[in-house]
Amino acid sequence: MLSDILVYGLMNGAVYAMLAVGFSLIFGAARIINLSHTAFFMLAAYAVFFFGTNLAFHPIIAIPLSIVIVVLIGVFVYYVFMEPIREHETAVLIVTVAVALVFQEAILIIFGGHYRGVSSIVSGYINPMGIRISYQYLLTLGVVSLSLLAVWLVLMKTRLGIAIRSSAQDREVANLMGMNVARIAAATMAISVGLAAVAGVMVAPLYTLEPHMWLNPLVLVLAIVILGGLGSIKGSFIGALILAFIEVTVVFLMPGGAFLKVAIALAIMLAILIIRPEGLFGVYLEGER
Amino acid sequence: MTFIRMALRYIRNEVLVLPTRIIAILFVILLLLLPILTQDMYILRILAIASIFAIFAASWDLLSGFVGQVSFGHALFFGVAAYTTALLNLRLGWSPLITIPIGALAAVLVGLLVGIPCLRLKGPYLGLATLAFPIMLMGIIFVFPGFFGGELGISGITRLASTRLNEYYIAVVLMLVLCFIMWKITDSKIGIIFHAIREDEIAVRASGINTIKYKLLAFCLSGFFAGIAGGLYTHFLRIAGPSMLAVLMSFQAIIWTIFGGIVTIYGAVVGVFILFPTLEILRAAAEYRMLIFALIVLLVLRVMPQGITTFVRDKLERECPRCKVRNAVTRKECRVCFSHMR
Repeated sequence: MLSDILVYGLMNGAVYAMLAVGFSLIFGAARIINLSHTAFFMLAAYAVFFFGTNLAFHPIIAIPLSIVIVVLIGVFVYYVFMEPIREHETAVLIVTVAVALVFQEAILIIFGGHYRGVSSIVSGYINPMGIRISYQYLLTLGVVSLSLLAVWLVLMKTRLGIAIRSSAQDREVANLMGMNVARIAAATMAISVGLAAVAGVMVAPLYTLEPHMWLNPLVLVLAIVILGGLGSIKGSFIGALILAFIEVTVVFLMPGGAFLKVAIALAIMLAILIIRPEGLFGVYLEGER
Repeated sequence: MTFIRMALRYIRNEVLVLPTRIIAILFVILLLLLPILTQDMYILRILAIASIFAIFAASWDLLSGFVGQVSFGHALFFGVAAYTTALLNLRLGWSPLITIPIGALAAVLVGLLVGIPCLRLKGPYLGLATLAFPIMLMGIIFVFPGFFGGELGISGITRLASTRLNEYYIAVVLMLVLCFIMWKITDSKIGIIFHAIREDEIAVRASGINTIKYKLLAFCLSGFFAGIAGGLYTHFLRIAGPSMLAVLMSFQAIIWTIFGGIVTIYGAVVGVFILFPTLEILRAAAEYRMLIFALIVLLVLRVMPQGITTFVRDKLERECPRCKVRNAVTRKECRVCFSHMR
């Protein structure tokens, strides 16, 4: 039981961290609450299903192809629908919801509402301490950790990363320092959607694919980002682990846990928020213009 | 007699001078006289539901548009009122006349319960925290299926009124009255304070105004109106289900309001009356229905991000540069101060 909680908690935590970090990045750099974020995650999972299962491509081709296509769609959506109306924050919010609905409906029309599964990239499992951990789990965990590490390196060590962080801190001053904030925002969108896409293609064999699979992760990602503090990458990471472990513990230990898992995770988020209104690691947006 | 003359003069001087006000008056008259033109059950049903949702969307605008307390969980008020109404009606057999106000009061209470812990939260934090409440309540409803009816909800509730025509008039008249009240609230002294809290809360506090009181007032008012909408909806559809608490329900209110134009109240009404019937007409497109709907929202907001009413108003009317009174775009000089327009 304890080891189950550990394994599944770590696994879910890693996936949520991928999604939450991407969400946090685009909020920081462009102040966009991108509610279509997990829809990109779903899109990537379906892309793998399409290329890998329908067209029977080898995973080594299908996976990068899916990621690239989803990132291109993300950047396209950003340039065409979000950038021109960035001044109207509420309109951008609804645009992201509409984008998510478009993806959901397009998938419903193309693939139908059936539950779909993708076969694992690697088969087999190991059996330490009596729990079954498939290689797919280990692979996912590895890829997710590597991607998070890569994003952290990009953010901390490269010129682009410094630009992203500075425009997250103060967009206007970043602009005055001669950075092209619009292009930085587009690059951030690409990274953010890319993270969601990597998470999507990696968990596609572990999850059941269906056109509404973006809603539940979205609620959790929002909770995680708020819990960790908006715009804070470290906060998103720690928040993801906290909420994932809470969720898994509730499912394993409580009767009726499957109904209550989201409710309890959200209740804990609220409790933390009441003590710390800016989240665990958030910067207080008091002087925000 | 003098009253009629005063009313006529008011209409001529204040209503007929502005194209948008003429449109609003025509809309109200059309809505009230529609049953003369058609008694079609389906059309009456769609417009009655649209009216109920218009109250709901306008209540979101009151809280989130005017006071700036953006709530992503507005379905909470709707759902709480719906379940309260349904349970009172089914278990105690009370009539809609009593259950709907009690449901609305329950929503006010919930508004206070949500508002107090959320007072310290700002901007996106508040929005995403409020998102949590209806989802938590939905979890509770699923855990006690015996009392709340679980996934199927509570059915077998009495009708709002005996005939469809009466139901239509109850919904439409209540919508017009409540939205007018909301519009008047936002136009009053309280409304000015609401505007100011959205623009700069610290400045309002520095002016010696108790912002906590006004923010809680906004939560209660908004909860009250959303609660009435929830109660009406329950009695109209004769069912209260968990879909009334769903995330989509909250976002529908936001989509309608922003589509119609935020911080206007009438924008919310226009948004619902455009988008809700559109969604019904799109039933002809079968499985492409939601796709077309989402694309319409996407493209309209791309062209007019400030919302459809604000866009149209700015096309039809211009503000006088001197006295800030709105004028029809065709006028050469201001209707109040006679200064040249531009």
